[in-house]
Amino acid sequence: MTTPETSPTLVEATQMHRFSGGERRYAFLVPSSMIFELDEASERVLDRLAAGPKAPGAVVETPEEEAALRELAGVGAVARQGAPLIPIGGLQEVDGPPPIRTVVLNVTNSCNLACRYCYEYGDDRIAEAEVPMAMTEEVARQSVDRLIADSGEARDLQVTFFGGETLLNWRVIRPTVEYAREQAQQAGKRVDFSLTTNATLLTREVSQWIADNGIGVTISVDGDKQFQDSMRVYRSGMGSYDVIAPRIAEFLKLQKRPVGARVTITSKNLDVPRIFEHLMGLGFYEVGFAPVTSSPDQDYALGEEGFDELLDQFRDLADDYVEAATEGRYLGFSNLSDLLGEIHEGVSKAYPCGAGLGLVGVAPGGEVGLCHRFAGSGDHDLGHVATGIDDEKRAEHLQKAHIDARTDCSQCWVRSLCSGGCYHEAQVRYGDRFRPNLHYCDWIRDWTALGLSAYGRILDRNPRFLTRFEGMVRVESPTP
Amino acid sequence: MKHISPKNLKARFATEWLEGGGAARATADDPGPHYPSGCTTIFSPGWEVDSTGGTAALCQPMERDLYDCYKTCYWPAQVPDYLNNSPDWHKNCAAAVQDWREIDLVFP
Ligand SMILES: C[S@@+](CC[C@H](N)C(=O)[O-])C[C@H]1O[C@@H](n2cnc3c(N)ncnc32)[C@H](O)[C@@H]1O
Ligand code: SF4
Ligand code: SF4
Repeated sequence: MTTPETSPTLVEATQMHRFSGGERRYAFLVPSSMIFELDEASERVLDRLAAGPKAPGAVVETPEEEAALRELAGVGAVARQGAPLIPIGGLQEVDGPPPIRTVVLNVTNSCNLACRYCYEYGDDRIAEAEVPMAMTEEVARQSVDRLIADSGEARDLQVTFFGGETLLNWRVIRPTVEYAREQAQQAGKRVDFSLTTNATLLTREVSQWIADNGIGVTISVDGDKQFQDSMRVYRSGMGSYDVIAPRIAEFLKLQKRPVGARVTITSKNLDVPRIFEHLMGLGFYEVGFAPVTSSPDQDYALGEEGFDELLDQFRDLADDYVEAATEGRYLGFSNLSDLLGEIHEGVSKAYPCGAGLGLVGVAPGGEVGLCHRFAGSGDHDLGHVATGIDDEKRAEHLQKAHIDARTDCSQCWVRSLCSGGCYHEAQVRYGDRFRPNLHYCDWIRDWTALGLSAYGRILDRNPRFLTRFEGMVRVESPTP
Repeated sequence: MKHISPKNLKARFATEWLEGGGAARATADDPGPHYPSGCTTIFSPGWEVDSTGGTAALCQPMERDLYDCYKTCYWPAQVPDYLNNSPDWHKNCAAAVQDWREIDLVFP
């Protein structure tokens, strides 16, 4: 036997992110999203490969390490140099666009507030809502019919009401819920409902009806009085805190379903711990934070420093979360819960969100868009609920949006979780919804690393806590 | 597996699948053409992927190929001529998996 003198077979570590929790060491594999705990032998093997490809003989020194190398190779963490990346279990072919499971009904584009940053009314709006419009009962019914007709084999459907101020059109929401229930039942399906509101119109009657019907509710609120009133104002400029605080208190008492708060973070309320404490004090089950989408020259824009500060604040809250999880308690930091849910499941996404995939948005007039943020903006129409969803356009969108079509993302280690980011953000920022949101990539990578670190620590201290995430990843839920 | 342990659901699923012979089973469900056991498919004699797209059903460890190519298999690999010139070429290597570094060079 001769030893080949040229290009011996080299092995290399495939793309991964290594992290730790307590004394334990882990590897998050890309793009499979699998997580393995490493022992010392496998760590040494990976350490040696960290500098680049090597001959197998140079990677292992003991039989132990050789066995470790073999195990790593078995799960794809180490491969022959240049070997094609093929997911274990094979690739899945998809025939045309998948069934629709979720419709987001933009039941009105009017609002009784005039929040300064709002993409529905502010400078960054895409939809051309010249005339304030409310969805009619007929269009709402057509949307439900469309959902059921286009849902294929899917059994669990979701109708989300959105706005404008969603509850301005309660008159239509109410019969639509009844109608959707009947129709779903006849089709042998189930339908769940949710809505997002600014809480100004949560009268006792509405709150009671929401409770009786088990509607999932998210309330948009930006913190205590000072914070809320700096951005979430009436047209007159008057703040809304004093109107919503008592309504929220009464509303939360009536609900059986947990209710989450959604906070928009701007430079004016960049204080996560203060907001979190205040809102949990009001009785919310969870609080989620979203950085404002805006052009950089707005005075409330977050800016680079703002984003860094936000991440530091998230890191502190994540530490509290881990402490609580160690004791088996749940701390309602929903951004982290969502991320942990995806990490635990091992989600590997080809698309950043459900838009156009299993989810579509419907404008008040019935025009269908990728999601609620796009619905009604002529350019992005995917048809009309009365005449049908344009599957060709949907397929075209899905083809262009696929993570493999995004060369900017192809080397990124978080691509299986991020997949390029929000289309609407990209549209606002770059005028092209398929541009990956490169302006926040470093931030997303740091945030994902933060999530993995929390995951690793929880695995170390109280792995049972993680079972709460099993079977609950909601891939299609849109960010409001 | 002794050296790495699966932690999240995806990793656990894949590991169960691999350890339960998932890849081998997937091949069994679809009989396909027959290849001598221990070999990869004819046209991909490297160690890239097996017929299910994974790596689990390949000749692993690859050193095992050595002896499969030596006596039991038709694959025309470069093993020494054990009939005439080098009957002892593998005498220092009782278990290829462990001792493969002991195999000496053979000069024709
Ligand atoms: C457009 S509102 C519609 C529903 C309802 N009127 C409400 O306020 O909840 C939905 C959510 O989007 C958020 N939002 C509005 N403009 C935004 C922007 N430019 N960037 C990020 N979030 C924004 C609001 O704070 C709210 O939580
Ligand atoms: S958008 Fe950025 S962070 Fe997201 S996958 Fe692409 S490169 Fe990575
Ligand atoms: S993430 Fe962006 S594109 Fe996706 S559903 Fe939400 S708003 Fe729409």
